Amino acid sequence: MRLFLPLVVTFVCGIVMILHFFIPHRPISTIGDGLTDWYMIVASAAIFLGAANLVQVHVHRINTKARNWQYSPVVLIGFLAMMAAGLVWGVEESLPFDYMFQTMVVPMGATMFSLLAFFVASAAFRAFRASNWRATLLLASAFIVMLGRVPIGGMIWKQIPVISEWMMQVPNMAGQRAVMIGAALGVVATSLRMIFGIERSYLGGAD
Amino acid sequence: MKAFLPALLLVLMAATASGGGFVLTTEASDVPDDDGGRIGLVWTVSPDPAVPDSIVVERMAPGGEWEHVGSVAPIDGRYTDSELENGTVYSYRLVPWLQGEPGEPGPVVSASPEVRWLHSGRIGMLVITVVLCVIILLYIEAGKRGKDLFVRRIAGLNAVEDAVGRATEMGRPVMYVPGIMDMDDIQTIASMVILGRVARKAAEYGSSLLVPTCRSVVMSVSQEVVKEAYLQTGRPDAFRREDITYLTDDQFGYAAGVDGMMVRQRPAAIFLLGTFYAESLILAETGKSVGAIQIAGTAMVSQIPFFIAACDYTLIGEELYAASAYLSREPKLLGSLKGQDAAKLVIMIMIVIGVIGATAGYWWEPAGRVAEFLRFLTHVE
Repeated sequence: MRLFLPLVVTFVCGIVMILHFFIPHRPISTIGDGLTDWYMIVASAAIFLGAANLVQVHVHRINTKARNWQYSPVVLIGFLAMMAAGLVWGVEESLPFDYMFQTMVVPMGATMFSLLAFFVASAAFRAFRASNWRATLLLASAFIVMLGRVPIGGMIWKQIPVISEWMMQVPNMAGQRAVMIGAALGVVATSLRMIFGIERSYLGGAD
Repeated sequence: MKAFLPALLLVLMAATASGGGFVLTTEASDVPDDDGGRIGLVWTVSPDPAVPDSIVVERMAPGGEWEHVGSVAPIDGRYTDSELENGTVYSYRLVPWLQGEPGEPGPVVSASPEVRWLHSGRIGMLVITVVLCVIILLYIEAGKRGKDLFVRRIAGLNAVEDAVGRATEMGRPVMYVPGIMDMDDIQTIASMVILGRVARKAAEYGSSLLVPTCRSVVMSVSQEVVKEAYLQTGRPDAFRREDITYLTDDQFGYAAGVDGMMVRQRPAAIFLLGTFYAESLILAETGKSVGAIQIAGTAMVSQIPFFIAACDYTLIGEELYAASAYLSREPKLLGSLKGQDAAKLVIMIMIVIGVIGATAGYWWEPAGRVAEFLRFLTHVE
């Protein structure tokens, strides 16, 4: 029963959601919409699990003086301050929650995002080393594409932006679409395996 | 029949009408591809500067009187009336209201809500889905019957055991990052399947497994998957629930949290499998900097180059979904992989026929019609 019930639920929900995509008629449409709403409710309710886990893990680290426990009070203070500000004053514009969000969370997120520039540089340095003919081809392609995207490329030779655009729209796009088609087929196969109960490892094995 | 024909004519003639007041033209039509009961109204207004405060939508059922069904801003230009009876012809008019006074009503239009059993824009997709499903199921059946199925070598998946073994030898943890999307994303589901396999290896080798998650539901599912893997390996005592943690729903907050864990705990093996966006390179480069062996996999086309540049092994697109079957070597699952390949062959043939048909269609019309048919099949609304 422990295995049978989840498999039945997966099968029924999977079939209903496939039919929901193709059949707009009732009762399929209402059941499909209902299942989507249920997922949203479950996911929203689960946020409490996440918050509880966060508090539990960091309180445990402080209590046991685990390695690097000094970071845990920072997490807990930040979490409780944001939660208290939201519960006491609300989350509307120019209130304490919004102020902390705009002046702390947003800049910190932007800082992380901006680190990407440095990481791109270091990754590109490694990827573009002309160690073999394929890496050399990649290096040459990247050089042309980058040159075609800046004004100096067109100033050197007016065909460089054209070649750059062609490389992006033809070979690059073909490769991307091939990956997408393969991935879409993977989605179909994975979904079928789960709907028909062939793939069971997500239920904890039982191969 | 006698009543139906005049009603049909009325609908056809009255579906679009024009008038001389503020509302110039009104068009009423059944909302397509729904479960019925809805009529959509679209209108154009006069460029006259005397703009009314609102437009009141009035409806009249057969044998009834005009009734107020809704009020919209004049510039909206569209309104959908719902909860109607399918097959009944309804008449509509739009009345502009200015300073509490009704103006000249717009033209009267009529339409009848209809119910659809099949979404007209998805019939081609339905045909393709059925064909693909049949092919894959046939190969699964062949796998069940014990047919020998060859699956090409996937280096990234062969390296899973080595990566976990390396972490064990170095006495450092294994980190598994299941992406930043929720459980309604198929890549996250595929990632959970692989997590089960990785957790089993970690349990066998006695390595600790860290799973920082970005969604509460993913955290709960991960905890259950890892717990079951430890139970099956006969090492339930080694399972540590606190190692599978929720960090935050925020994309870059999550990236910062995972980076912090990488730098502090220095895992020897990192798995980045699931849906990733801009944080992919931030995570992969940090993993590289701590000297971990990294196995990444995603179907996000724009992130694959970053993983290829920064990780030791990358599962590209479909390989992410193939991982479970490949690692288990179970015939039924391998059958689905072969079915996937056969379906890919069918799609390749369709592409070649389509390209030839579209090209030859300039000179020979039947070829153009073949290309047109394939375009219909692959078009999805």
